[in-house]
Amino acid sequence: MMKSRPIQFHVVTRITGFIILTFSIFLFFAGHNNPGGGFIGGLMTASALVLLYLSFDVQSIKKAIPFDYTQMIAVGLAISIITGIVGMFFGFPYLTQFFDYFQLPILGETELTTALPFDLGIYLVVVGFTMLTILTIAEDEA
Amino acid sequence: MSTLHFVALAPFIAAIFIPAFYFLFRRVHTGWFVLPIPLVLFIYLFTYLPLGGEPMEAVQHSVPWVPSLDIFFTVYLDGLSLLFALLITGIGALVVLYSIYYIANKDGEPLHNFYVYLLMFMGAMLGVVLSDNLIVIYVFWELTSFASSLLIAYWFHKEKSRYGAQKSMLITVSGGFAMLAGFTLLYGMTGTFSLQEIISQAGAISAEPAFLAAMILVLAGAFTKSAQFPFHIWLPDAMEAPTPVSAYLHSATMVKAGIYLVARFTPVFGGEPQWFWIITSFGLFTLLWGSVSAVRQKDLKGILAFSTVSQLGLIMSLLGAGSAAVHFDVVEGESMATVAVMAAMLHLINHATFKGSLFMVVGIVDHETGTRDIRRLGGLMTIMPITFSISLIGIAAMAGLPPFNGFLSKEMFFEGMLHAAQFDVFNAQTFGWLFPIIAWTASVFTFLYCMIMLFRTFTGEHDPSKLEKEAHEAPIGMLISPIILAGLVILFGLFPNMLAYTIIEPSMQAVLPDLLGAGEQFYVNIYHWHGFNTALFMTLGVVFFGALLFVNMRRFEASAFYLGERDPLNWFYDSGMTGLISGAQSVDAVQMTGKLRHYFMFMMVFFSVTMSYILLSTNALVIDWANAGELSPYLVLVVAAMLVATVAIPFVSSRISAVVLIGVVGFIIALLFVVLRAPDLALTQLLVETVMVVLLLLVFYHLPEIRKENFKPAFKIGNFVVSIAVGAVVTITGLAVHAFRYDNAINPISDYFVENAYELAGGKNMVNVILVDFRGLDTLLEVLVLGIVAIAAVVLVKFKAKDGEDV
Repeated sequence: MMKSRPIQFHVVTRITGFIILTFSIFLFFAGHNNPGGGFIGGLMTASALVLLYLSFDVQSIKKAIPFDYTQMIAVGLAISIITGIVGMFFGFPYLTQFFDYFQLPILGETELTTALPFDLGIYLVVVGFTMLTILTIAEDEA
Repeated sequence: MSTLHFVALAPFIAAIFIPAFYFLFRRVHTGWFVLPIPLVLFIYLFTYLPLGGEPMEAVQHSVPWVPSLDIFFTVYLDGLSLLFALLITGIGALVVLYSIYYIANKDGEPLHNFYVYLLMFMGAMLGVVLSDNLIVIYVFWELTSFASSLLIAYWFHKEKSRYGAQKSMLITVSGGFAMLAGFTLLYGMTGTFSLQEIISQAGAISAEPAFLAAMILVLAGAFTKSAQFPFHIWLPDAMEAPTPVSAYLHSATMVKAGIYLVARFTPVFGGEPQWFWIITSFGLFTLLWGSVSAVRQKDLKGILAFSTVSQLGLIMSLLGAGSAAVHFDVVEGESMATVAVMAAMLHLINHATFKGSLFMVVGIVDHETGTRDIRRLGGLMTIMPITFSISLIGIAAMAGLPPFNGFLSKEMFFEGMLHAAQFDVFNAQTFGWLFPIIAWTASVFTFLYCMIMLFRTFTGEHDPSKLEKEAHEAPIGMLISPIILAGLVILFGLFPNMLAYTIIEPSMQAVLPDLLGAGEQFYVNIYHWHGFNTALFMTLGVVFFGALLFVNMRRFEASAFYLGERDPLNWFYDSGMTGLISGAQSVDAVQMTGKLRHYFMFMMVFFSVTMSYILLSTNALVIDWANAGELSPYLVLVVAAMLVATVAIPFVSSRISAVVLIGVVGFIIALLFVVLRAPDLALTQLLVETVMVVLLLLVFYHLPEIRKENFKPAFKIGNFVVSIAVGAVVTITGLAVHAFRYDNAINPISDYFVENAYELAGGKNMVNVILVDFRGLDTLLEVLVLGIVAIAAVVLVKFKAKDGEDV
């Protein structure tokens, strides 16, 4: 990639990168009732990470965020598949999702769904996929 | 779920834990953890045997699997299933015990793989014989092929192992696939996948046009699995598997699955002349072909492989002849035909005992001398006395000598064939006289290869220089299993009637259920001495001519017949495979140009052509503007901007402007989503566009300097026509679907989602609820695809083909 990076880019990324990351996590949780969800949240996280990789060099980001994206895909798939299986132990078909409302401290009445861990799996696969593909191409020397 | 369900599932459950045992207890041979499973199952199944002589009641338990498709996991245990289940677990236990000594627990030996495959096979095989639902049978059936292939390729670094595994996989799986087609035809005729219900409708469906096709397809499954001519060629190559596997899968159990299938379907198809002729003639020819080929083999396992082929043919032909019993109403004819079914069941047990012990003995010889070649072996009688004794018993039984169990079934086989020749149905009298002649000739060759096996290995001169290691007797652990089997050979030979009412009568009852009235049962009485009848003289003739041929072997030892070993039929398989590969390559050469635009064009042209064909052939081409919605000027503006950007793309020459224009199109689509109130889609589209820009930036780094290609006008016009056609087809399809919906007053599925998203899934965002809940499986499979694509991308980039190297 580019050898010299402008300092402005550096500074802006430090701030916006984390704003985007935070927003992506908000999008992920907002998913059930507002625009957002695993796919969108995952894509946005990936774009924030890509921004970081673009403004700093690959090696230092690898040290700062030591994720193995291949494993992230595997973990994501496993989470989604296992959430689907849990319902089967109670006699429901595969991938039946459940939800209920709970009183939680601080948050007040909150809806908890089994769709959330399922979506978390989707989120991880999307981040893993995007990052793995982009990094593989970026690191290719030939 | 009943206990019987767990009988079939227990090996699978155990298989999950075996690798853990392997890694936790490296010192202990993993086989010891596996051994209790078949042993416990055997003891449990043994309790089902009607030891008091009362008729056996079939046991049935059902668990729904996919009820909407009539697929139930129903276990059905009658005499026939019990016979097979006992063989599978009994021989299984002995084989596991034997394998503990055969495959040493040394570093690098993937024992956990071996036992996981073996347990997988055991479970699948139990599933086949215990299930009543045809689809469940099919699933387990293919699993046995799969497990068998994995076991053949256990030592996969050997090229021959991989060849044998692939061959057995291709032949048995394609046969299984044909069988599935047969099952579906049966479903079409009877409306049920339950075997027992199909049997109850057996009389009604025989006039259906698809009846014969279903029969032949089911037989294709049985014949490929049970290595009947001309599909038998996979079995000799399967001998590359470790010997315990050969003893278990390729002689005692898996290859008998085809026999099981034929026996199971006898109440459905039996009584038809085609069934009688196809099975009897294929069986007899296989018997002859196998025994003649066995004589040519120099490898002990090769002899046993062809011998198994030939013995399977024998059992098959007996079932074919016995199927005539379904047709008879008269009592005399009945007993003439039932003797064949009885012989089939008896020989099934006998073959499992003597062939199992012989395979184990050959494994011992191989293990202790380092070779199985009869040209190098010799004189082992005094060095390995116990092994020799076991072999002597096994081989004598195989040759059909008294007082061993093989003699009984062989006599009955002759008798059955003599009877079959005289049936006054199916025009049996036309070619029926050939049956006993083929049977007798094949038996002469059987006797000959038995003598070769025994005398070439154990007598003659012992030459240590030809052997890999110094020969000595095997450790006792290795000898236990073959000794037990040889003991059974003698036991069943001397007291055959202990099998008669416990297992043979119930299994005959399962094969020929319609012959009996309520409460009746077959009475089987097996004895050695039948008086001086034709069958006895046939046996004497076999011994005489077989011995004569062996004594005069020197006369044909130099002939091309004896020197060649390979089955000539392999030519068809090998050239078929080469043809398949070169055919696929030539298709690829046309289609795989390596240019993305070609691939894209193929897809688009195919799509447009099929779509327009469907539109025209179903008269669906209706365009109706009556229900079109209002078009706001804002929307017109957005679409116009998109059109301009799209049309401009082909005319720009610089690559960067093309990318920018494509980006513009993408962002306008996002805008369109916003206008049409789909915030989720808009957000996704925006993010995808953003990530795409980054991706393109990265790719730019690798792209060569741009060089505008100059195309001929014809090429450009072709592209133009294709793109216009695709656009037109998509637009027309959209309009036609729209018109169709209003014409037929179809409620869109989105109504359902709108109504139920909050009610059923507790989410206000319908798009997300569809993704994670209503269509969760779709999403799951989509991300699975993403994962696979990511791996493919990594592989493509990291392991790039060198110049001139093909992928």
